[in-house]
Amino acid sequence: MAREIGPVWVFVEQCGGNVLPVSYELVGKGRELADELGTSLEAVLLGDSVTGLAGELFRGGVDRLYVGDDVLLKYYQPEMYVPMIVDLARERKPEIFLVGSTACGKELAPLVAARLKTGISAHCIDLALDGNRLLEQIIPAYGGLISIVCPEMRPQMATIAKGVFALPGPAGRHGTGELVELAVPQAEPMKTELLEVVYEEAAGLTLDSAATIVAGGAGAKDAAGWRMVEVLADELGAALGATRPPVDEGWIELDRMIGQSGKMVTPDFYIGVGLSGELQHMVGIVGAKLMVAINNDPKAPVFDQVDYGLVDDCQEFLPVLIAKIRQFKQGKTAA
Amino acid sequence: MNVRKIVVCVKAVPDPKRASEIRIDPRTKTLTRADVPLVINQLDRHAMEAALKLAGEVGAEVTAISMGPPPAAAVLKECLAMGAGRAVLLSDRSFAGADAYATAYTLAKGIEVDGMPDLVVCGMSSSDGSTEWVAPELSVFLDCPVVTGVIGLEATGNAGLKVSARLDNGYRVVKVNGGPVVLAVTRELNTPRNISFSGIIKARKKEVAIWNLERLGIAAAAVGQDGSPTIISGMRVAESTRKVQMIEGTREAKAEELVRLLAAAGVL
Ligand SMILES: Cc1cc2nc3c(=O)[nH]c(=O)nc-3n(C[C@H](O)[C@H](O)[C@H](O)COP(=O)(O)OP(=O)(O)OC[C@H]3O[C@@H](n4cnc5c(N)ncnc54)[C@H](O)[C@@H]3O)c2cc1C
Ligand SMILES: Nc1ncnc2c1ncn2[C@@H]1O[C@H](COP(=O)(O)O)[C@@H](O)[C@H]1O
Repeated sequence: MAREIGPVWVFVEQCGGNVLPVSYELVGKGRELADELGTSLEAVLLGDSVTGLAGELFRGGVDRLYVGDDVLLKYYQPEMYVPMIVDLARERKPEIFLVGSTACGKELAPLVAARLKTGISAHCIDLALDGNRLLEQIIPAYGGLISIVCPEMRPQMATIAKGVFALPGPAGRHGTGELVELAVPQAEPMKTELLEVVYEEAAGLTLDSAATIVAGGAGAKDAAGWRMVEVLADELGAALGATRPPVDEGWIELDRMIGQSGKMVTPDFYIGVGLSGELQHMVGIVGAKLMVAINNDPKAPVFDQVDYGLVDDCQEFLPVLIAKIRQFKQGKTAA
Repeated sequence: MNVRKIVVCVKAVPDPKRASEIRIDPRTKTLTRADVPLVINQLDRHAMEAALKLAGEVGAEVTAISMGPPPAAAVLKECLAMGAGRAVLLSDRSFAGADAYATAYTLAKGIEVDGMPDLVVCGMSSSDGSTEWVAPELSVFLDCPVVTGVIGLEATGNAGLKVSARLDNGYRVVKVNGGPVVLAVTRELNTPRNISFSGIIKARKKEVAIWNLERLGIAAAAVGQDGSPTIISGMRVAESTRKVQMIEGTREAKAEELVRLLAAAGVL
């Protein structure tokens, strides 16, 4: 099976002229995979006035950077971005193509994959090369981990969330790379037109950098029960997170969901309230330093995955806990 | 842009409240079979609502389409009761084991055979697959644009559709100049209507059309597991590295112990 192995590719997403952290993380992982396969690492960057970002990407380990630098590429627009990437992929024949699991990445990646008639896996929590040098894409499912491969078609594509892989270390490479400028296709009349992009400040403490996180689950039972989880987070100065059911119930916004298809977070202290410990949630929080779970079922799987377990009904327990916390804080200010 | 015909893609999924009954057997490394009933994918009710609302405004016809096993017909009946004019189930043994690519391909063929619509509405993600791939891939097979993460939708007469869609740190507003277009909607967009009694009566008189491979006129090699570029190559049980210590005692004592832990860790 002497087949020439194409480059490993990473899509570098930028916002306002800054490379997103997830793209750097993927550059780090991409470098590892490229070294293991004995091939090169190439990245694709599209934006406006972004050529200056090349240096940091080369330092992160990119061998060759394709840049499309044009005012027309300032924002992600599928009708501009996708054909450029697809054409280049047809020419370069990448072996692997990694894309960050962002709003834009999640739309762009399957558009590219389907045009290239290749497979793609979503929300991977790990990547490795298997015995046949195929990219093993690891995903939690059914209480375990499943591996997905794409044996025939190329590239092997995957989307990965921020925080799954570490940033490339400073001890990485100091090498320079080759910069290739991409011609920007003539603007054809597009079927869709981007009218505006509106940025919003996230409300409340963000999960990303929080030192303490309180996450609630279906066990909160109703909006009133959820309110208690919120109060607990407030009292602790913690960021509020959730499993999927509270999002489905509309108690909290989707951007607060922790887990495989939500956020990957690494607080120092995590308290999970009324959640079962389903792997799809837990993979988002495995990096926490100290973990506590409160659940009324002593057999809940979450108790196998945390440092401290507390069996109680959260509706009954949280008011007592909140009172004790307030008491403690008062004692501290009095002292 | 005249919206006359709207197709809604609806998936029948194992009831998410009981989905944890489907597990990997640690010994055999296969899935334990559980009789978890199929229900409509929650977000697809939002897709139905978006379609029905728009159809009411512009006078369009709504067709619900699903690819799935025969019991998925019950979910389509629900769509008829919600107000869909027609429902089509793409069902064939050869469709089994499809990944997102093969699913999107099969749905696209079903939609084409039925006659190209002006608008296709999907949910943003399914509760079991949850890839979020089907809508974008469908748009590739239908050779039309897609907007995912839809939180706002407005028909602006001949001018087209104005669509707002979620970004990680805000949203974008996109104008769709002409159909067909595929939209993937979020729960932020609307509140799905309840099924009315008269809806149930009306739905009773309607049939769910069932179309197989032959009806779609496509090759067996292009659908189901054979038509899927990705395969599951392994399954394992996840091991935790943490060892739990239980906090015991009365409710008061447990709360105090937790406060002590929080203080020791510097949270309090
Ligand atoms: C592809 C895919 C991706 C997914 N991605 C994510 C993701 O990113 N994040 C995520 O969270 N989920 C995700 N899910 C969903 C996930 O599988 C689970 O359904 C979800 O995490 C379960 O949430 P839960 O623990 O809150 O609810 P449940 O599993 O219903 O557990 C509720 C728990 O609360 C306990 N409880 C009940 N009442 C009380 C009470 N009064 N007091 C105390 N405890 C109580 C119960 O004992 C139970 O253990 C995904 C699913 C799929 C298929
Ligand atoms: N088998 C299916 N039949 C009909 N629609 C589907 C099917 N699978 C996925 N979809 C649609 O695609 C959306 C996203 O699903 P997924 O890509 O699996 O997350 C769903 O909300 C449905 O609208």
